[in-house]
Amino acid sequence: MKKMKNTKLKKFIDYLVIVIIGVILLYPIFWMFFATFKSNEEIYSSIKLFPKSFDLKYYIAGWKGTGKFTYTQFFLNTFIMVVPTTILTVASAALVAYGFARFHFPCKKLLFGLLIATLMLPNAVIIIPRYTLYNKFGWVNSYVPFYAQAALACNPFFTYMLIQFFRGLPKELDESAHVDGCGTFRTFVQILLPLMKPALFSAGVFQFLWTYNDYFNSLIFINSVKKYPISLALRMSLDAESVVQWGQVMAMSFLAVLPVILLFFAAQKYFVEGIATSGLKG
Amino acid sequence: MRSAKSAVKKSGYTKRDYQAFIYIAPWLIGFAILQLYPFLMSLFYSFNEYTIGAVPEWVGLKNYIKLFTQDTEFWNSLKVTIVYTLYTVPGKLIMALVVAVFLNRDIKGINLIRTLYYIPSLFGGSVAIAILWKLMFLENGLVNSFLQAMSLPTISFLGDTKYALKTICSLEIWQFGSSMVMFLAALKQVPRSLYEAAEIDGAGKIRIFFTITIPQITSIIFFNLIMQIIQALQNFTSAFVITDGGPMKSTYVLGMKLYKEGFSYFKMGYASSISWVVFTIILVVSLVLFRSSSAWVYYEDQGDF
Repeated sequence: MKKMKNTKLKKFIDYLVIVIIGVILLYPIFWMFFATFKSNEEIYSSIKLFPKSFDLKYYIAGWKGTGKFTYTQFFLNTFIMVVPTTILTVASAALVAYGFARFHFPCKKLLFGLLIATLMLPNAVIIIPRYTLYNKFGWVNSYVPFYAQAALACNPFFTYMLIQFFRGLPKELDESAHVDGCGTFRTFVQILLPLMKPALFSAGVFQFLWTYNDYFNSLIFINSVKKYPISLALRMSLDAESVVQWGQVMAMSFLAVLPVILLFFAAQKYFVEGIATSGLKG
Repeated sequence: MRSAKSAVKKSGYTKRDYQAFIYIAPWLIGFAILQLYPFLMSLFYSFNEYTIGAVPEWVGLKNYIKLFTQDTEFWNSLKVTIVYTLYTVPGKLIMALVVAVFLNRDIKGINLIRTLYYIPSLFGGSVAIAILWKLMFLENGLVNSFLQAMSLPTISFLGDTKYALKTICSLEIWQFGSSMVMFLAALKQVPRSLYEAAEIDGAGKIRIFFTITIPQITSIIFFNLIMQIIQALQNFTSAFVITDGGPMKSTYVLGMKLYKEGFSYFKMGYASSISWVVFTIILVVSLVLFRSSSAWVYYEDQGDF
């Protein structure tokens, strides 16, 4: 009897700990949401979670942005920056991964080694020459740097992830396709890619997230407010007035994270499974 | 080397094999133009005085000498960055490991818990969340309000040089969920048979943890360790948005110093030398970790394909 009570107590404590950790982790997000309805006075020096009223006025005021451009422009900019980048990333990573995973060619070991080495290449050491290069090409203050880097498989993480996934597909598929007279490209598109859908989706979801959240590269490559993505616009909103209107800033910040949260819940599987498997195989 | 090899013996590659180069062509081009070339150029720039639009002027080691002997701001940034890394990387990994081990049991709703704990990681580098953090840790912000409600003294998180850096670190550690998910997956792969054998031999829970659990997941720990150190040494966004390097440069990480020198003052040669210092640190740390890994990292397969 006593033993049963002990295990019940243990379980209760376990779940209590789990709940406490969960609350600490998620409370900032909840608080952020409710702060979007509060005036500065309500936010300062108060632990109250709920606002006095659920007025949308901070959303409306915040959306107007600062001066010439509204958040319509900023959200549009982010969309234009992120979506093509994501698509190009997945496409080129898949092609390159196919080349590495399904072919034996001269210098393969060396080239693969280089690919892995670039996984650890810090952005900081190449950002300045990239800037001067893009400047020469006339790509500064556009999203072309993002597109180009995506199209040329510059983020080895995704290539590596897809190579690992390819390795899980039986080589017999390629071989029987070859026997049936399929060229390498047809094999790739009609046979292998459909089986890769979860991995492609995972890669897409991660690149979407990382590009969406990007600040450093956007800050360096984009100069005019007209082209600002949300990350730059939000930072700008902090400097907009001498006294920061936190309700407005929180409202826009919350709208900025909302797509991420929605994407996450819609595609949970791809986030969590993608992470869990990418780090494991070798 | 390649041509010598094929001249000496029959290459053994079919025509089909060479098609691989078509598929990896995007990467070959990207690697050459957008990775290798910038990598070498930044080394070149570091030996020059260079402003955008002007011609680089060779100055040899002048930038490096100035950096190491005259630039106290650099030494401060170096210290700040190293301290930041030493707080966040172990902090994040230990939290992730402890929680993963704690959850690695028959717990109802484990998937939901895993999903919820992961959410903070969605906001890595997010300006929106950095702004939230700034608001929460203001003098009259949420965290201080909680402290007051518990009759504790308030802390100037963003204004006190003792706390500002730790506050920035807390944002990073809050995002331990992604590492935790990886550890959980790795823990699941530890063969039950090992645990059973140990229990039969009479090993206690703690002994099992240190002699079986941890060793089995060292490859994941290693992977996380390296990637997170590399990321931490380049940190920029949280310091820039939350405290703008202050107070009194106590959060002025190398990423910010590099940005200021290169894109505020447009001293690109000088900024390049800073970037090579960062790179060298990362290189040395990576080499040391890789060297040591043969001693403590265990791999299931050797991964040769």
